[in-house]
Amino acid sequence: MTTHRELDDMLGKGWRKPPFIRRAWLRYTILIGFAAYLVAAFLTIEVNWARVYEGLERGKQFILAFTSPDFTSRSGDIWDGMVESIIMTVAASVVGIAISIPIALGAARNVAPLPIYLACRSIIAVSRALQEIIVAILLVAIFGFGPLAGFLTLSFATIGFLSKLLAEDIESMDRVQAEAIKASGARWLQWINYGVQPQVMPRLIGLSMYRIDINFRESAILGLVGAGGIGATLNTAFDRYEYDTAAAILLLIIGIVMALEYLSGIIRARVQ
Amino acid sequence: MPVREAEGQKLWQRRTGRESLAHWVMWLTGVAVFAYCWQQISEATTWFFVWDAPRIAGDIWTRATPPKWEYITQLGKPIWDTINIATLGTIIALILAIPVAFLAARNTTPSVLFVRPIALLIIVSTRSINSLIWALLLIAIIGPGVFAGVVAIAIRSIGFCAKLLYEAIEEIDETQVEAITATGASRWQVMAYGIVPQILPAFAGIAVFRWDINIRESTVLGLVGAGGIGLQLSASLNVLAWPQVALILIVILAAVVISEWVSAKVRGAII
Repeated sequence: MTTHRELDDMLGKGWRKPPFIRRAWLRYTILIGFAAYLVAAFLTIEVNWARVYEGLERGKQFILAFTSPDFTSRSGDIWDGMVESIIMTVAASVVGIAISIPIALGAARNVAPLPIYLACRSIIAVSRALQEIIVAILLVAIFGFGPLAGFLTLSFATIGFLSKLLAEDIESMDRVQAEAIKASGARWLQWINYGVQPQVMPRLIGLSMYRIDINFRESAILGLVGAGGIGATLNTAFDRYEYDTAAAILLLIIGIVMALEYLSGIIRARVQ
Repeated sequence: MPVREAEGQKLWQRRTGRESLAHWVMWLTGVAVFAYCWQQISEATTWFFVWDAPRIAGDIWTRATPPKWEYITQLGKPIWDTINIATLGTIIALILAIPVAFLAARNTTPSVLFVRPIALLIIVSTRSINSLIWALLLIAIIGPGVFAGVVAIAIRSIGFCAKLLYEAIEEIDETQVEAITATGASRWQVMAYGIVPQILPAFAGIAVFRWDINIRESTVLGLVGAGGIGLQLSASLNVLAWPQVALILIVILAAVVISEWVSAKVRGAII
């Protein structure tokens, strides 16, 4: 009858919103600790307000540059950089997706035996833990400047992302359909092709579209460390304070990302 | 079901003739595009360096091991800065993302025709530009340092947080909102008692998730001069001090793994 007693206790008292964290000591420890951290963090950040104030004028110029972006005076560089970014994105997405499918199969516990499972999971863990730009720095040091390093970086990053999510989807698939195909006497490859693949295909296409989108966005920064793409042009534009050219490049990136998002929305709606 | 007649027997096929033709054309175009892209990359590559790559990689490895462990005394302040950039950036982003999310969600926006597209534009434009590019831009405007990193992370995260948050707002249970409205609550009271309690778990999840991503991103912001451990990384790379680079990479990896563990724990506790 505890519930009734609780109700009796509450009768006659005003209602108060229940707190998000129920345990009072935990709530206050988190609150006080967080406040202490914030104070400490603010104290260690040095902000040169005079410099910030000076910069506001340049900030205004930059925002104004968006109203008159300059596509023409550096059009050759912008075009080359954009084409290189797109080429890197396409090639890296194709190779990355092609490699991540077998790894995803290996990383799904209901398809692969334990040793293969562990090997594939560790590949995924390594690929996910390393930041794209750090991988790019190392690959540029090894393979030299140019789009090859960027292509390899993006492929490597795609493997970690796509394999992990695809493996989770394979693990949560419907066993019954796969069993039915197996019962008809299918070989292993046929079993994958007719029992597993149709179930995960919509998810694979959706994830691939999303990853192409991410790869394009990432390819825009790989140029900063010399791995090809539009990033180098953008960096130069910022260094020379050519805000109108930088604004043009940023608008192009936003436009392409929006177009990709729209396209992937249509494709995902058709597949599902 | 597509069936083909062959030698008096009926054979099952997966696709009709037209479908398989369409598939074939699609694959052909795909392969052609990929071949073209690969050719372009290959032309821009000095293949001599690539064939030489294993030797270079081995060379770098021998230079980088063992890591220079005593250098870690100089990494305390940079890693503290990195964590601050991520945390403060996430907090500022969340504060800015909440109004944007409420303006972007179909069921709470004041005007679907005028306000919602503006909110969506903010979300898309902040989301599609990487934090490194924001950092480049902010360094040109407000000068190098931790502050530029905080602002870059904050701007980059607005779109991400607002997008996930407005999707959560659109998925709320309308009956609860209606019940609060029926008691005669004002617009703000409906928000505080009908909508906010429903999205609070999602909000906490998004905050921790984004914080985890921001830790990763803030480790490399220093490469363009926006503070944090990336500054040490780029300084060590510039003087080819590979043992220091190795140690910094280990520290970054540890920070990433710990933040992912924390975020997974907190999300597990909330959901």
